[in-house]
Amino acid sequence: MENVGVMMTTPMSAYLEQQLQQRFTLFKLWESSSRTQFLTRRADSVNAVVGDTKIGADSELIDSLPRLEIVSTYSVGLDKIDLDKCRERGIRVTNTPDVLTDDVADLAIGLALTTLRRICACDAFVRSGSWRNGDFQLATKFSGKSVGILGLGRIGSAIAKRAKAFGCTIGYHSRTKKQITDYMYHSNAVDLAANCRILFVACSLTDETRHIVNREVIDALGPGGVLVNVGRGALVDEHELVSALCEGRLGGAGLDVFENEPHVPELFFELVNVVLLPHVGTDTVETSNTMADLVVANLECHFLKKPLLTPVI
Amino acid sequence: MVATIWRRAAPHLSRASLSRAACSILTNRSHNFSTTTQTPSPSPATNAAAAAKMEAIGVLMMCPMNSYLEQELDKRFKLFRYWTQPKQREFLAQQAESIRAIVGNATYGADADIIDSLPKLEIVSSFSVGLDRIDLLQCKEKGIRVTNTPDVLTEDVADLAIGLMLAVLRRICECDKYVRSGAWKLGDFKLTTKFSGKRVGIIGLGRIGLAIAERAEAFDCPINYYSRSKKANTNYTYYGSVVELASNSDILVVACALTPETTHIVNREVMDALGPKGVLINVGRGPHVDEAELVSALVEGRLGGAGLDVFEKEPEVPEQLFGLENVVLLPHVGSGTVETRKVMADLVLGNLEAHFSSKPLLTPVV
Repeated sequence: MENVGVMMTTPMSAYLEQQLQQRFTLFKLWESSSRTQFLTRRADSVNAVVGDTKIGADSELIDSLPRLEIVSTYSVGLDKIDLDKCRERGIRVTNTPDVLTDDVADLAIGLALTTLRRICACDAFVRSGSWRNGDFQLATKFSGKSVGILGLGRIGSAIAKRAKAFGCTIGYHSRTKKQITDYMYHSNAVDLAANCRILFVACSLTDETRHIVNREVIDALGPGGVLVNVGRGALVDEHELVSALCEGRLGGAGLDVFENEPHVPELFFELVNVVLLPHVGTDTVETSNTMADLVVANLECHFLKKPLLTPVI
Repeated sequence: MVATIWRRAAPHLSRASLSRAACSILTNRSHNFSTTTQTPSPSPATNAAAAAKMEAIGVLMMCPMNSYLEQELDKRFKLFRYWTQPKQREFLAQQAESIRAIVGNATYGADADIIDSLPKLEIVSSFSVGLDRIDLLQCKEKGIRVTNTPDVLTEDVADLAIGLMLAVLRRICECDKYVRSGAWKLGDFKLTTKFSGKRVGIIGLGRIGLAIAERAEAFDCPINYYSRSKKANTNYTYYGSVVELASNSDILVVACALTPETTHIVNREVMDALGPKGVLINVGRGPHVDEAELVSALVEGRLGGAGLDVFEKEPEVPEQLFGLENVVLLPHVGSGTVETRKVMADLVLGNLEAHFSSKPLLTPVV
């Protein structure tokens, strides 16, 4: 399928790049000095876009690619793709659900444990030699705490399953109430926050969910509460989050995502009750390879006129 | 005959305590048949007298393990703080007649020397579940009671074991440092290793080992274990040796008690079997692992990584580990939460009060 032109938006995965190179004519957007420069030369040759969480396919890009047939994103999140535009133009869209669910849920629990038990601060304490001068201060127990999950989709459910094994009670807020009777449904995010000690953000980013964790929700979670965000930075009002943490109005936070990655508010750096990760939710060797295989397989299916494996549109 | 029944039911009790327990049972039985249905509660005057009596009882605290516990011991008993004594031998000689109880922890317990110097010692109440710092044989011989703090800290230790697994495999602390240093602006962090589905091998399937297994199962980890004997009620895969366990696991976690038999149970052979992709987690005791071998295995890349909460000579930690990004090092914080330390302290206090009021101990070991 060398006559098929595939444009990768960022160097998201060396393995994926290799696989695409073998099968298609691969264009690397990041190798051009500007998007305009790239489009001037290649716009007509691009039949597929492979995007990720940094650069997807916005309205402008889609408009400038007249031969675009499919957008295959190396992510489960779709917030960087103009889905309406794709529908209008009849452009197919695929993502990588399920294969990354475990990794993200694992990281969410890892963030909760490292935040409550101060694992990173303890590690620094040992490496600095401070242990010779006295014990570390007491941290907070995780097992048995009340957990709240914003968004009970694949990832939210996987987080719930893990948290239950630690004796945590589960509450959630979702667009629709689920059949599961074990978990307590709350009709809004504030109620959920008021009724849990650890709040996990695991919903998709849409116009409706932007800043769903706002000042009111943060205040409801309170000085004894911990926020864990493995969704998207924009789900949380970052400005409010920073003040709440600095002022002690929120107990702690474990964050894998930020509003303006890779920029992280420097005020966070002074806090011992936060754990900050560089958007590594799915970044394991195992999962990144499986995601890449799924992207390639979806593209092959499309150009061979077979049913898509994980279509969104 | 009563003693025979009790010996079967409570093999951890000494002969002396068996007789005491038997007598207590017989006395209670006679109460059950009496016509009075309510045992009158002690009067305030009786309580005050009992409290005053307790205040005269000498309790030796071995180190500053917990300020709430220290405070309460100070209030209720005559507290001696071992770590504040400049001349410890002389101090013990001077106070030999007053000290009737010792409160120790995972670092400082009651060895043969201390027990020998305190002829009036009746009970050792440990602020830990581990008993490796107590000369249990001496205690049994001298009829000294021993209590510890089982169950109340099981969850915290199991949580930390899982926390260490996730932190090592997903490089959580390295990632946190990466963000704080500004390095993220220059490029993404490298790929790490998935935790879910990895084979977890547990040395010791006691309270803590089981709690670790339950948690790891929720991550779809197949569970293997090694124990002194195969357990009847589990679906977990048993291995008859630690080397075999290590060969068949991706993550090996130490969760057994420290005894002369289990010292260095994780030796070079075990580490080699675990291999360059394997990860060792220790939430037991430092001496469970041959630390010198561990350091070389890690430095030479023969072992994939380690999450350690305990070391052979705490608070000393081999400095060669500080430069490694595939290790997470914690200052023995397994049970170090506000919630759990309070419950542990109350259990220590409860055991002491029970002993000195001639009531059954809450969590006796000897």
